[in-house]
Amino acid sequence: MSVLPYLDVGLALLVVAVAAWTVAARALFASVVSYVAYGLLLAFVWIRLYAPDVALTEAAVGGGVTGVLLITAGKRLGALHDIGPDVRPGVGLKLLTGVLAALVAGALASVILLLPDPPPSLAPEASAAIDSAGAGLGNPITAVLMSYRSFDTMLEKIVLVLAVAGVWSMTADEAWGRAPSPFRRSRPYAPTIFLAQMLAPIGTLIGIHVFWTGANAPGGAFQGGALLAAIWIITMMARLAEPPRVDARWLRMALVAGPAVFLVNGLTGEFVAGSFFAYPPSVAKPIILFIEAFMVLSIAVALPMLVAGPSSEGSDQ
Amino acid sequence: MELGTSTPGGYLLVLAILLPLAGIMLSFTLGGRNAERVALGSTPFGIVLACAIAFEVGQAGKPIVYTIGGLPPPLGIALRADGISAVMLVAAAVILAAAAFYARSKFATPDGVRESRSALTFWIMLQAIWAALIIIFVGGDLFNLYVALELLTFAAVPLVCIDGRPETLVAALRYLLFALFGSICYLLGVALFYGAHGTIDISLLAQRVQPTPVVWMAAALMTAGLLAKTALFPVHLWLPPAHANAPAAASAVLSGLVVKGSFFLTLRLWFFVLPALHTETAAVILGGLGSAAVIVGSVMALGQARLKLLVAYSTVAQIGYLFLVFPLASGGAQTWSAAGWSAGLMQVLAHAFAKAGMFLSAGVLAEALGHDRIGNLRGAARVLPLTFLTIALGGLSLMGLPPSGGFNAKWLMLQAAVASGQWFWTLPILVGGLLAAGYVYRILAPALSDGQVSLKVTPMRSQEVIALALTMAAIVLGFAPQAFLDFLEIGRPVTASSP
Repeated sequence: MSVLPYLDVGLALLVVAVAAWTVAARALFASVVSYVAYGLLLAFVWIRLYAPDVALTEAAVGGGVTGVLLITAGKRLGALHDIGPDVRPGVGLKLLTGVLAALVAGALASVILLLPDPPPSLAPEASAAIDSAGAGLGNPITAVLMSYRSFDTMLEKIVLVLAVAGVWSMTADEAWGRAPSPFRRSRPYAPTIFLAQMLAPIGTLIGIHVFWTGANAPGGAFQGGALLAAIWIITMMARLAEPPRVDARWLRMALVAGPAVFLVNGLTGEFVAGSFFAYPPSVAKPIILFIEAFMVLSIAVALPMLVAGPSSEGSDQ
Repeated sequence: MELGTSTPGGYLLVLAILLPLAGIMLSFTLGGRNAERVALGSTPFGIVLACAIAFEVGQAGKPIVYTIGGLPPPLGIALRADGISAVMLVAAAVILAAAAFYARSKFATPDGVRESRSALTFWIMLQAIWAALIIIFVGGDLFNLYVALELLTFAAVPLVCIDGRPETLVAALRYLLFALFGSICYLLGVALFYGAHGTIDISLLAQRVQPTPVVWMAAALMTAGLLAKTALFPVHLWLPPAHANAPAAASAVLSGLVVKGSFFLTLRLWFFVLPALHTETAAVILGGLGSAAVIVGSVMALGQARLKLLVAYSTVAQIGYLFLVFPLASGGAQTWSAAGWSAGLMQVLAHAFAKAGMFLSAGVLAEALGHDRIGNLRGAARVLPLTFLTIALGGLSLMGLPPSGGFNAKWLMLQAAVASGQWFWTLPILVGGLLAAGYVYRILAPALSDGQVSLKVTPMRSQEVIALALTMAAIVLGFAPQAFLDFLEIGRPVTASSP
């Protein structure tokens, strides 16, 4: 008899408990730490659900980047001394929110039990089509992202560019163009510097590997890009690299490189493969890897820029 | 499966989307004054593409379709433009172009600066709103539409706080929270649809959905999410501060178009995905919320001291009318249902043009007088005649007086309500019209009376003319021929259930 079912139940209970603690924790920092733990546990859940691609993304984004983002945001909030009167919601409102959330969760849980079993799925079709529209990619997830739903994938990268532009729009007018200085207040500890020096080369290698292997195995542009992003964030935290000026031309080009190369390829598809966003079958795989390489670059630059935040007046360049 | 293969002219849909997307990336990379040049330079092409799509739809007499990458749904993504898509594409292109040219003076990059924060943000976000709206109008896939909704949110929120004042930041944050709540609900609904039926393509889902608890739950979640983004009462609280604090050109786009994007998806959901459901109850709930919005929004508008807030609360009320389309057009093949359908779309268009014109006028007024307090407007019409003419014409359409698109919309609504035996929907329509007359009177009466008002700045004639042109469009809609209403019927599923 396998021990796995017990582990699964334990994991599920742990996820719920950590989620409850994230909501209940009084201190912001405790809440954020718990949220990061929640993201990592969720990654394990995805692995147990045989979705390693999702697990990788969840670990990188839910556990990693979002965590750093929230911690820096929390630090900024803590640095504000005068934020006006405390306007925490009253008990009645909290109760109402809790009841509503419980109702929605209960209704969702009950309809999920009603879903057809086995559920209708496009996965077999996507896997079966691997040699035609799947472009010969061994990983059907990459085939779906880069071929069947290439249009969505391109749009999501543009959303990422807009998110960066939105964060930058919070800059004070006088500070426009300067570099963000997210970690100004903390002097890096020696262990941080050591960690960054150790992790940077290994992490870069793993990031590129995860992207490259994504063509045939779990992995891909987003996971690889997120790993590279994490490496850049760590080196910035250790002050081994300083954030670039937001008006640097190379930075802007790196941010739009992924969606721009995608868009140009989509346009040329009409002329070389008969349809926008189609690939000529003989060279589909190299083209997809070419586009993905630029997407890795854009993701690796966009996520650290989101974490770094807007330029501040104090930063000197 | 005719809706799953590309039709002639379908490629125009892709080009229409890629144009503003390319504009966003060019503006972002080139930066500085080039952002403005790219945005303004692409508007004429956008209008031409929208008109070309409308022409193709009219010629074909049925929706035009494009399957991206030649990969048909359910695995691939299809774009479809029917009558309402085409009309909304043209309206959005015209209003966005007008707002862009109006905004030139405020969002020009100052001399001696290579790039300014507000200018770069404005021109990028404006194009992003445009791109998102086009996808929303022609998207045939529920997840693709989700990405478009995200694009719309991330573009609209920074516009609200582009001035950087503390109150605008509060308004933007509140807007963001409501919008994200909406996104999550919508996405949960999409996931349930996929789990139950294995597709998220609108026309395939329409063939497969059954009135099961899963489908009802999905519909409820998606509707709740879309309502939060559309600011229907009682989830309207974010709208007045957000729309009143944004710069005039942004307010015009936010109030005229952005809230219509999520409304459009609510229409798609109930009339195109879920015709198999017996939707009377849902339609009555939506109509009831709409009626409440008409009354509450109008009463709140009557009490506002600032012009921009008044106009913003008027949007809350006018959005309410839109939701009367659910009870009034749900009759399938009935003739009154066609009137209800036309009425709903006519209200969308009339309000889009009238409200955009009014917000732009409110901007001219605030700039010229240095304030927008209604109490201090005595005699203002003498110094700003053109602007008050615009406000009066826009008000005409909001009240629903002839000749105007607003009148047409309400007249068709009344006809549909009476013909379908749902006379109680006439009450909010009539009461709302009276209340609208009240708040428009509150602006015009002091302005037209005697009084001394001095101009702080001479208004820009070009801005006044742009605002006037938009409200004139709302008036001209009052003369829309039957052929226009027939055009709105192209691609509307009517064969399904009739109660």
